[in-house]
Amino acid sequence: MAERVANREGIKGMANPTRYGLERVAYWLQRISGLGLLAYLIGHIYETSTILNGKIAWNNMLSLTETPGGHLVLVLVIGMCVFHTGNGIRLMISEGGKGVGKPGQPEYPYRASSLNSKQRLCIWVSIALAALAMMYGAGVLFGD
Amino acid sequence: MAAITASREEKPEPTKQTPPPAPAVESAPKTITLRISRSNPSENSAAKFDEFQIPVQKWTTVLEAILHVKQNLDHSVAVRYSCRQASCGSCGMKINGRPRLACYTKVSELDSNVITVEPMSNFPIIRDLAVDFKQLFSTHKKMKPFIINEGSEVQPGAKEFIQTPNDLEKFLQFSYCIKCGLCNSACPTMATDKSFIGPQGLAQAYRYTADNRDEGKKGRLKIVDQSHGIWRCHFAGSCSNVCPKGVDPAMAIQLLRGYLLGFRK
Ligand code: HEM
Ligand code: SF4
Ligand code: FES
Repeated sequence: MAERVANREGIKGMANPTRYGLERVAYWLQRISGLGLLAYLIGHIYETSTILNGKIAWNNMLSLTETPGGHLVLVLVIGMCVFHTGNGIRLMISEGGKGVGKPGQPEYPYRASSLNSKQRLCIWVSIALAALAMMYGAGVLFGD
Repeated sequence: MAAITASREEKPEPTKQTPPPAPAVESAPKTITLRISRSNPSENSAAKFDEFQIPVQKWTTVLEAILHVKQNLDHSVAVRYSCRQASCGSCGMKINGRPRLACYTKVSELDSNVITVEPMSNFPIIRDLAVDFKQLFSTHKKMKPFIINEGSEVQPGAKEFIQTPNDLEKFLQFSYCIKCGLCNSACPTMATDKSFIGPQGLAQAYRYTADNRDEGKKGRLKIVDQSHGIWRCHFAGSCSNVCPKGVDPAMAIQLLRGYLLGFRK
């Protein structure tokens, strides 16, 4: 039989946050922030483990993080933490079947009730809290 | 022969005050560029776009534009369609980057003079815009899409099942699925996981499970509770965002999870 092109979108399509509304953006942010936090956790364990090599090694590592670049990374980590937690709680509740609307007769133009305004509000609140926490963190880290 | 006399009082003659009939809807025909993705995997030819200039009216659908090409410009364009009224689920395709039904999408609603049509993603291409539904249909069948009930056989003494409007509402919207595959095409998990059941199948598993005539819940939950099953959904909502029938597969999946997690009975 003729070989058929599978035509899957692949990672490029999966990781494209555009096209399908705010919920798809939230999916993308949850993924990016989850992976970012995982990378940070590994880096953090490596960073703190340098204490095993003595005071000098520890101080060298600390001076590396106390740079504008290091602070920027920390500000991003704060944002990822807050968004991931806020949106993660929304997902845990929704993925248990709560807050996704009630089945009923669909009416034209068929707005899906699982993509409701409460869900959207939770996503926006998670984004706003993350932005506020980042601003506060940046103030502390970069402020005199 | 008896004369039939109509009562004049019932049908008054139109008076002079009767407003004139509404003028015919005016719609200046305009010309758009239709870009059709052409590919034939059986000949290993790379996909390319053919461009056509098409006259359209306010009401012209994307399917009609494609059929205009077939009738007048290039009959070799491969496209699947049947009902032309969003009922058969045949004409799903990517229109300006988004999965939609071609018969249900008017050119005018796309706000663009260039319309690009491509085969739906995440489905193997047969040729041009026609894609292979084998996997969707076989997955659908695996969900046991029928009422499972020992007492449903017609036999002496069998009574009809009484369902209240409330019972009906629990599954009705999910039974409107036309198997068009738009949801599977938009799903980010489907984009990378070729064994994922997908929103279409999961929504159908819920449709029958939520039906109070059905007794097959246990078996169906077992089918969806597998490694490429329900837990691969991350509630990105893209399926419900594109579904043309208001089925809302994302809701069905989360409600189905409720059963598995013990939040629902
Ligand atoms: C209070 C803290 C946290 C909550 C409530 C939370 C919640 C969640 C939830 C609900 C998901 C699944 C989302 C989905 O269905 O797609 C998730 C995914 C994930 N989380 Fe967290 N999480 C937290 C902290 C963390 C931390 C500290 C890390 C890293 C060390 C992390 C890494 C990840 C990763 C890698 C994923 C997978 C992302 C994906 O598959 O899209 N999470 N989190
Ligand atoms: S759930 Fe909606 S988008 Fe998916 S196959 Fe059924 S009708 Fe099409
Ligand atoms: S032709 Fe039947 S759904 Fe479009």
